[in-house]
Amino acid sequence: MSEFDQAITDTFPKLILTNARTRGRRPAMRRKDFGIWQSWSWVEAYDFMVALAAGLRRLGATRNDKIAVIGSNRPYLYWSIAAAQCLGAVPVPIYADSVAEEMAFVLDHAEIRFAIVEDQEQVDKILSVRDRLPALQAILYEEKRGLRDYDQTGLAALADVVASGRESLKEPGGAETLEQAIAQGKGADTAVILYTSGTTGRPKGVMLTYDNLIASARIGIAFDGLSEVDEIIAYLPMAWVGDHVFSYAQAIIAGYCVSCPENAETIIQDRREIGPTYVFAPPRVFENLLTLTMVRMEDAGRLKRWMFEHFLGVARKWGEKLLSGDQVPLAARLHYALGDTFVYAPLRNRYGLTNIKVGYTAGEAIGAEIFSFYRSIGVNLKQLYGQTEASVYVTMQPDGEIRPDTVGRPVPSVAIRLAANGEVEFNGPGVFQGYYKDPGKTAEVKTADGYVRTGDVGFFDAAGHLKIIDRAKDVGKLGAGGLFPPKYIENKLKFYPNIKEAVAFGGGRDHVACFINIDPVAVGNWAERNNIVHASYQELASDPRVYELIAGHVAEVNRALAAEPQMAGAQIARFLILPKELDADDGELTRTQKVRRGFISERYASLVEALYDGSPSASIRTEVTFEDGRKGLIEGEVVIRDVAVAVPSPLEAAA
Amino acid sequence: MTDAGAREIMLDIENVSLSFGGVKAITDISFDIRKGEVRAIIGPNGAGKTSMLNVINGVYRPQKGTITFKGRVRRNIQPYQAAKSGIARTFQNVALFKGMSTLDNIMSGRSLRMHRNFFWQLIHVGPARDEEIAHRRKVEEIIDFLEIQHIRKVPVGKLPYGLQKRVELGRALAMEPELLLLDEPMAGMNLEEKEDMSRFILDVNHEFGTTIALIEHDMGVVMDLSDRVVVLDYGRKIADGTPSEVKSDRAVIDAYLGVARQEAR
Repeated sequence: MSEFDQAITDTFPKLILTNARTRGRRPAMRRKDFGIWQSWSWVEAYDFMVALAAGLRRLGATRNDKIAVIGSNRPYLYWSIAAAQCLGAVPVPIYADSVAEEMAFVLDHAEIRFAIVEDQEQVDKILSVRDRLPALQAILYEEKRGLRDYDQTGLAALADVVASGRESLKEPGGAETLEQAIAQGKGADTAVILYTSGTTGRPKGVMLTYDNLIASARIGIAFDGLSEVDEIIAYLPMAWVGDHVFSYAQAIIAGYCVSCPENAETIIQDRREIGPTYVFAPPRVFENLLTLTMVRMEDAGRLKRWMFEHFLGVARKWGEKLLSGDQVPLAARLHYALGDTFVYAPLRNRYGLTNIKVGYTAGEAIGAEIFSFYRSIGVNLKQLYGQTEASVYVTMQPDGEIRPDTVGRPVPSVAIRLAANGEVEFNGPGVFQGYYKDPGKTAEVKTADGYVRTGDVGFFDAAGHLKIIDRAKDVGKLGAGGLFPPKYIENKLKFYPNIKEAVAFGGGRDHVACFINIDPVAVGNWAERNNIVHASYQELASDPRVYELIAGHVAEVNRALAAEPQMAGAQIARFLILPKELDADDGELTRTQKVRRGFISERYASLVEALYDGSPSASIRTEVTFEDGRKGLIEGEVVIRDVAVAVPSPLEAAA
Repeated sequence: MTDAGAREIMLDIENVSLSFGGVKAITDISFDIRKGEVRAIIGPNGAGKTSMLNVINGVYRPQKGTITFKGRVRRNIQPYQAAKSGIARTFQNVALFKGMSTLDNIMSGRSLRMHRNFFWQLIHVGPARDEEIAHRRKVEEIIDFLEIQHIRKVPVGKLPYGLQKRVELGRALAMEPELLLLDEPMAGMNLEEKEDMSRFILDVNHEFGTTIALIEHDMGVVMDLSDRVVVLDYGRKIADGTPSEVKSDRAVIDAYLGVARQEAR
């Protein structure tokens, strides 16, 4: 790339301008609204961006101001990020489902001067903590609904700010000064601050430059050959680095169209309508789709069920080989083609994956069966390993080298090494600048030679693929000296559709014990089929037959653990089913839905004790937070079950 | 909350009595509903609340008394005439077309506003088509407003009760009413559904300026939502005023709130 090209493509506003010039009529974004997909071209996107930037400038926004962007995935909010970047201000996307308290911390820590938000809900949250935010000058909202009667000081409709911006662009010199501001941006400037949800402690603001994001985004684009004809759906939180790279950075660089769903509940239908070619989803999403299919198949007629099971068997045998381009006999190819017509293609269509070129899952380990299921029906699902601190990409699975239990090879231009304790460290073009206003934490994570400590323990397998076991700080030792990797155990449990969440304990103890959250959809359906009447989650969770069902799964996990020499000691001796679902609103999960083990063990200390003192049940009394922030109380007796520990099979014992 | 006392009267009910044979459902009741307010009608079971709504929208004809709607005295009105004059309602037990989708149910609320006749609709070209597009747009706005996009195409019979109630509200809104009568809009709902519904009712009132009369048993909801409350007992009016006035009224406490509170809390 020539020096000239570099100069006009080193920031996102400049890239959007380039897109407006070179592919101006192509769609940049779509959103389903009033039942119809509305679309905006790159020219329209550029127009909106500069108009909003001019409007923000009129309100007084200037270089290095921090501008929060809060809401669900909406074209206007993505362009708000770009508008802030036009002025050299730093956008700070914030998780829209954070409660006011969490939001206050980020707004205050980042010294937010303007907040661009989706609707009344977000305005209310900010107003409730406004007295603690001296730097906050104005809140700009997209949807006017419900805000009519509000005191408008410090509030403004986004549309009004854009209109005022359009006026100011018409004034003499108005457009020129803005163009200068855009031209002033450089690749080394901070492009965005992304607050990580943090499994422990306060969120940290990861500062990424344009250079970081653009270099990292290009790695992914080159790896899978993405171009302007690709299609994706933006539905994951805008504050998450993955969405920022897939729906913002890569979309702008490759020039593809990003579609925003109508609302959070219509995603499955919207995905079907758009038929994305490039898909990203955490394992949870793929699990949910599969669970829904399985639940529906239980209710299907006999013929359909037979067909489904028969052809899934064929797919299991040949599907992955076909996808990887291995040798497959002609008869099997024909059999698979038949299955494709009757089962796989309709399934892919149901999932909205008909046009899929490549799909990624990351963030958590995915169940081997779930992963293989999608691959076997012809969805090129792969895994990647990434971090906010890396601008996403650390390792990826190249086509033809897909394994469910590894995360692939280091991506081009990223170097990986393992520390003495097994911790994975990486270095590359996407490595972040530092945590905002926290040099202490930055120094903890970044080594002197520029590597980043991931905090994950892993190793390379014989083929050179990275395998992640667990968080370094979580891997404990059992009293007897055996290894205790909690997440490894939890993931094995969570691969059962009936188990939604699991929390394992065992560090410093003699044996492993765990809390289990049942999946209300899967278990609810099972209960219905078995005539188990229940009125609430709590009732279902305490039913002895449900305990029996879960105990079966736990015993199977124990057998699997027994088969692995290092893990045989980490079998689950006792478990209980929690009477409430773990919830981010209660602080039990992070906003990205990972369990906060430390917090949970404190909150339910009495239950953890009971797991280890041998008592057959324990009483619980705990607060739950409703969506609007009010509290309620849950109390009752929780039964604790013992599970038989499997002995390693004689073959392995001998070995 | 608005200053209801200063607003013009939309519906005035004077000395209305209604009886079925020897049973007196409503005895000599007078109250008014002012433009833009949320008016609650409360009372123990059998107090005559639903009868009162039925009188307002023309299902029952009172034997005595006068009803003045938008400044004109109404006589012997039929329900469809009430609907045409701008009164819409929802029912205590959801009354939707169970086999039809959410979209079609709400669309049915537009029927009074469709002007092209059956044959135009049948050939579905030109003006008839434009008309349908305009109505569909309005319906989509309501779907957006009530946040029920995800069930747009789902047959209503398959929906949980709380959502059916929301669809029914949507169909009433599709008529773009001036006065909206809600008969126990939150009956049988859980806490979260009640909160959603409360928010929608307030938003309808604020955004569209629709006047609302509602019957509700949940005292918390009534006290939070309404500008003024009229209390009935055995077909008679025993109190009328702001929520706080009514709450402290001795007759009301004796007749109703004392009992209901124990039930509710």
